[in-house]
Amino acid sequence: MAAEKKGLQLLDFWVSPFGQRCRIALDEKGLPYEYLEQDLDNKSELLLRSNPVHKKIPVLLHDGRPVCESLIIVQYIDEAFAGKSPALLPADPYARAQARFWADYVDKKVYDCGTRLWKLKGDAQQQACKEMLEILKTLDSALGDGKFFGGEQFGFVDVAFVPFTAWFLSYERYGKFSVEKECPRLAAWAKRCGERDSVAKNLYPPEKVYEFIGVLKKKFGIE
Amino acid sequence: MEKTPENASQAAAAPLKLFGSWASSYTHRVQLALRLKGLEFAYAEEDLGNKSGELLRLNPVYKKVPVLVHGGRALPESVIILQYLDDAWPETRPLLPADAFDRALARFWCHFADDKLGPAVGAVFASTGEDQEAAVRQVHENLALIEAELRDGAFRGRRFFGGDDVGLLDVVLGCGSYWLAVFEEVTGVRLVDADAFPLFHSWLHDFEALDEVRETIPAIDRLLEYARGVRHMLLGLAGAGDAAASSTTATPTEAPAAAAPPAPAADIAVDI
Repeated sequence: MAAEKKGLQLLDFWVSPFGQRCRIALDEKGLPYEYLEQDLDNKSELLLRSNPVHKKIPVLLHDGRPVCESLIIVQYIDEAFAGKSPALLPADPYARAQARFWADYVDKKVYDCGTRLWKLKGDAQQQACKEMLEILKTLDSALGDGKFFGGEQFGFVDVAFVPFTAWFLSYERYGKFSVEKECPRLAAWAKRCGERDSVAKNLYPPEKVYEFIGVLKKKFGIE
Repeated sequence: MEKTPENASQAAAAPLKLFGSWASSYTHRVQLALRLKGLEFAYAEEDLGNKSGELLRLNPVYKKVPVLVHGGRALPESVIILQYLDDAWPETRPLLPADAFDRALARFWCHFADDKLGPAVGAVFASTGEDQEAAVRQVHENLALIEAELRDGAFRGRRFFGGDDVGLLDVVLGCGSYWLAVFEEVTGVRLVDADAFPLFHSWLHDFEALDEVRETIPAIDRLLEYARGVRHMLLGLAGAGDAAASSTTATPTEAPAAAAPPAPAADIAVDI
């Protein structure tokens, strides 16, 4: 059996917000890693072997051992490299529970609703738009007047949600609303996060994301 | 606020109150974890068809049980509550392993239980005929994956998923797996064959024999009666469509571990 490759490798897909969470976490901690772009239409042997259950990216390989699911990967990075600052999860148990709650909320809600927003038409799209506004307002409220979701420090919830800020433009165009107008605190937070190196380096411009959605629509035969 | 030993034990000593529902496996997870940790707690039964103002105030985002209140602060979502208990009481019977990679594995399979296995079992319960056959196949595929991990994967050679003692994944999978026997009885469908899934079967047997588990899981007769009622209602609703199934009256999604119709969004999902 071949020796396991040492160090960190990330199996990922360029525009995936889930993959970006991992890239941002790794950069926040200053951890070097090998980025391996995956072809999702023709999945590699390595991907299928590393995530046989879901066959999805992202997958983090640490000395050859796979960790799957983006939020689990981010927590793993925080725990396996606990000596490296910043700590992405706070120390206080209740604050940790709140952080997990909101990251999980983002996971349960944002991407699926966003997909329905650009994929569906008519009443179903209207419903998705209504839901997306509710979701964003809930998150705006959770953020409150804090600098970041965790308070003063950029942390777990920020990492979980910030990749979706590159999708705001697309949500706005399909949903016909303005994040700035509906959720000003969230819009300000997005800008603030965008000033961090880890975020600026790893997110694609919103127009590129919008273009990507256009490609997906063609692929699915949607007008 | 920095956690000094003094305020840590003060925090830990604050009263615990659990809002739950007797037939909810998510509630059972928290009750079991509290018992495993030897923690005293008050319990408030919620009528899911008529939720209290207090519950809605404590969990405004999801409006669901369980919610654990500790020293006046509300914690919803069972898997989050379980991890909180570990963080707040780290010395007593830890639910998560110490090693970061093992923790990631435990979390992965907990997510699998809630995201894949639970809904698949729920789909069996909510369907008939060909739809049910497809759902049963899905359950078997999911169980086969877990069986493989017990046989020669991450959990090989272990009595429990947590090792010699129960851990997070045992609590999450276990409080839900007792529904398998109940659903088998009510639907007449075979879900956990001892021959097809011998390790899962023996794990479940050992899990259900634990004192704290026997103290937590309701009597089988009660579960059977409840399940029969829900199945009757679900099959009646199958013709009426989604709207009725998502009403607040005794929602099957909250009581049996996700006895919900298959996720409507599944066919529009885009994986990136």
